[in-house]
Amino acid sequence: MERRDFVKLSCAGFGSMMLPINGNIVTAAELLDRPMDVAMKKQLADVALNAAKSVGATYADARIGRYLNQFITTRDKVVNNVVNTESAGIGIRVIANGTWGFASTSIMTPESIAQTAKDAVAIAKANSKFQTEPVRLAPVKGYGDISWKTPIVKNAFEIPVKDKVDMLLEVNNAALTNGANFIQSILFLVNEQKYFASTEGSYIDQDVHRLWAPFFATAVGKSGFKQRSGLGNPVGMGFEYLDGKKEDKVYVQGANVGYNNSYDMVEDATNAGKELQKKLKAKSVKPGKYDLVLDPAHLMLTIHESVGHPLELDRVLGYEANFAGTSFATLDKWKSKKFQYGSDIVNLFADKNQAYSLGNVGYDDEGVKTKEWDLVKDGILVNYQATRDQVHMIDQNESHGCCYSQSWRDVQFQRMPNVSLRPNAKEDLSADDVIKDVKDGIYIAGRGSFSIDQQRYNFQFGGQLFYEIKDGKIVDQIEDVAYQSNTQEFWNSCTQLAGKSDYRVGGSFFDGKGQPSQVSAVSHGCPTTRFNNINVLNTKRRV
Amino acid sequence: MSIVTEKEAKAILTKVLAFSKADECECNLNGQLSGNVRYARNTVTTAGQLSDMTLAVQSSYGKKTGVATINEFDDASLEKVVRRSEELAKLAPDNDEYMPILGPQKYAKTKTYFKSTADVTPEYRAKAADDSITPSKKNKLIASGFLNDQTNMLAIMNSKGLFAYNVGTSVNFSATIRTEDGRGSGWVTRDYSDVNKMDTATASKIAIEKSMGSVDAKELEPGKYTVILEPAASVQLLANMVGSMGQRTADEGRSFLSYKPKEGEKDAPKNKLGMKMFDERVNIYSDPNHPEVPTATFAADGHPVAKTHWVKDGKVVNMPNSRYWAEKTGSKYMPTATSGSIGLFGGGTQFIMDGGDESLEEMIKNTRRGILVTRLWYIRQLDPQTLLYTGLTRDGTFFIEDGKIKYPIKNFRFNESPIVMLNNIESLGKPVRINGAMVPPMKVRDFTFSSLSDAV
Repeated sequence: MERRDFVKLSCAGFGSMMLPINGNIVTAAELLDRPMDVAMKKQLADVALNAAKSVGATYADARIGRYLNQFITTRDKVVNNVVNTESAGIGIRVIANGTWGFASTSIMTPESIAQTAKDAVAIAKANSKFQTEPVRLAPVKGYGDISWKTPIVKNAFEIPVKDKVDMLLEVNNAALTNGANFIQSILFLVNEQKYFASTEGSYIDQDVHRLWAPFFATAVGKSGFKQRSGLGNPVGMGFEYLDGKKEDKVYVQGANVGYNNSYDMVEDATNAGKELQKKLKAKSVKPGKYDLVLDPAHLMLTIHESVGHPLELDRVLGYEANFAGTSFATLDKWKSKKFQYGSDIVNLFADKNQAYSLGNVGYDDEGVKTKEWDLVKDGILVNYQATRDQVHMIDQNESHGCCYSQSWRDVQFQRMPNVSLRPNAKEDLSADDVIKDVKDGIYIAGRGSFSIDQQRYNFQFGGQLFYEIKDGKIVDQIEDVAYQSNTQEFWNSCTQLAGKSDYRVGGSFFDGKGQPSQVSAVSHGCPTTRFNNINVLNTKRRV
Repeated sequence: MSIVTEKEAKAILTKVLAFSKADECECNLNGQLSGNVRYARNTVTTAGQLSDMTLAVQSSYGKKTGVATINEFDDASLEKVVRRSEELAKLAPDNDEYMPILGPQKYAKTKTYFKSTADVTPEYRAKAADDSITPSKKNKLIASGFLNDQTNMLAIMNSKGLFAYNVGTSVNFSATIRTEDGRGSGWVTRDYSDVNKMDTATASKIAIEKSMGSVDAKELEPGKYTVILEPAASVQLLANMVGSMGQRTADEGRSFLSYKPKEGEKDAPKNKLGMKMFDERVNIYSDPNHPEVPTATFAADGHPVAKTHWVKDGKVVNMPNSRYWAEKTGSKYMPTATSGSIGLFGGGTQFIMDGGDESLEEMIKNTRRGILVTRLWYIRQLDPQTLLYTGLTRDGTFFIEDGKIKYPIKNFRFNESPIVMLNNIESLGKPVRINGAMVPPMKVRDFTFSSLSDAV
């Protein structure tokens, strides 16, 4: 299951009033109010933990959260909306009779918190009647009082609203004066101020920042219309991401500009306008087998769908069977230590602490210090993504730190960490170096349509920009491309990787999972990568 | 506080408006009370309850608008939220598409609220889970599923005297039941406004039968096949199509309903309004008073809505638009009912597609050779001009021969457009409620499957 279509919220639609996603709207100035005092948070968290223990909880954790968002949406020359939201409260999770219980409240008095903790225990006890698998938690160190903050340079919430609006309107103007007929641009800012305390002895205060600035441009021609989305990435950074530094640009000969740790949104919109005009005239792809060269802003989504999701341990075990599905990467394959997930140059790893990434935090939402670990090593499946209550099922006794909740209101559960493809360790090849050995192929940039089955075998992906490669050179922009493959076959057809200089981190801001559904943000790093002999379809159809 | 009566809503909103100093002010009250249970691996995994009410205030000075919300309801909070929206409005640039708020309106009555659903208890939810789990265990199967019940309330009031109120209920159940060896999987979903229509035990039996019946699936070659699409298989394609029928994108040249003028054509229309797009048996409309899928009788801006055909006898007869676009183009304003208070999961336009009298079983009996599709999954658009979508069959795909289900088949990926689907209709069955819409089972020829999937 992929992300909710939050973009729809921002369109000038049928209703006159756009509501925020969660929480109360506050003014920009109020967003900068000092967060709640840490000593006060510790006191309130202790109220929750003590109340839970007093009625029989064998474990409890409390998350005091203040979640701030700002969304600015524009369409062509119009600013549709400026929305500031704030949501604050406490979520309390407990184990009683070997069963999880959870309750939350926005009323932050000691009485209300104690009652909520007791409610959580009551729910746990009620559900324990149906429990057949008592919870077993992997040990975790109590960290005492500790804090962590996203290493931002410019706090995006401190940038005046006018500057942000002006920037988006400049982006729109760049696209509209270079070939686009319509454009919608959006700025999403997220700040999670979250305090975690547990009966293990941790009191962790974290200040997490994320930013995403997408745009969607359209050009209308005589025979139809074409669309092109921005090639920027959602990131765990401050407003400095939009500085568009020269050193963060990657030029691919004859094709697009890629962006690393900063984004020139106006340049990308200018290019989008020009590329849209070429798209309107581009020839349609001839279906068949091609060698594909995939740029990082495209491949990140393929990694997300074909590696990130199938290696979530809760999917493998069947907890998501009724919604997102299960996984082909079953425990017997992992136990065999021989399951060839990809070719021997494929090394995929998970982490929650990669710089600039969306998953970057010091500790997860159950107080586990974050780390990096291998999922696929030299092509072989070696591990999954798990939380404290899951790792014993794969014979491990240390959580991977994959627990997350979208807000204080919702219960935390296993979510995807960053999942990334290691660059070529032997040679620091560029994207052009990877392309130059391809005789007959297609280079794909940017993420497009994506669809994969409920066990993550069969997938079909599109993109934003497609280029024909002939004898090692990009020759033409083409259209109507989608490739279809099977996860294991695809990763085993990986034959070349660019090096660490080409490694870039992309991501998904709104990855959906669970019932009721929760969103999370996750990144995927990778270099430009080549896959041989992949089935390409033509998606043009007469109706 | 989550659900208030019409009288209480009026009192709160009147108080809010009294604080307003803006040129125009519109506020709404949105309440939700819901409960759920989730199970997997034959055990209950989570259960929860949510109660919340939000007040949203939109203040306007000329064409500048600001929106603020709050979920506290003491007088100080009410004044604070009005001031916040006014501050935001003053900071905002002019929005040239801003439309003045509406004056008082008259609304038809509709029955969207069922006390039976509002009264659902944790015990009812636990029993729903057990209705899947116990028979699954008996059959050595593994059950997972989710039941969610909710009451939604929406009230709108503005400084020109408009007041609208609606409260509605809904309940949604789904279950996926798999064989222990993972070679079979069956699924079922049901949703109603009135929980008395919900039968989780009978529904679970269908998932159990499909699970056991889908073991040892055979491979068929991808290609074009006659398919019987159960309502759950076609509803998302239809919803995506109805959601893409907006007049503005069509007029702007970027929709499947944009009209492409012929060489030298003068005074060509901008869109395909009035043109035949589908088989003449296709009739699609919205109706807030439909007994199975009732909705509020007003749109998000408080404008009344009534029964409206979007497609009649295969022709596009109306296209939804905004008041701004209607005024700009001299068209009639065609609003859709707000999804804020009506139990339409995930929002969107409520729609009803007419069908025939044939049941799904009769449809199978009347099929010489075809494929029965339980549901389609991970549907994504490939081309907005042709509404070409891709996705996969899931949880019960069967080969039909000589009026009987012969054997289960492996899942397919499809690449198809609902426009093609609605032009290739062989027959339509009796519509049933699915995801807040009414959809008939459909027999469709030449449905395009492009590859096989190993997924079960």
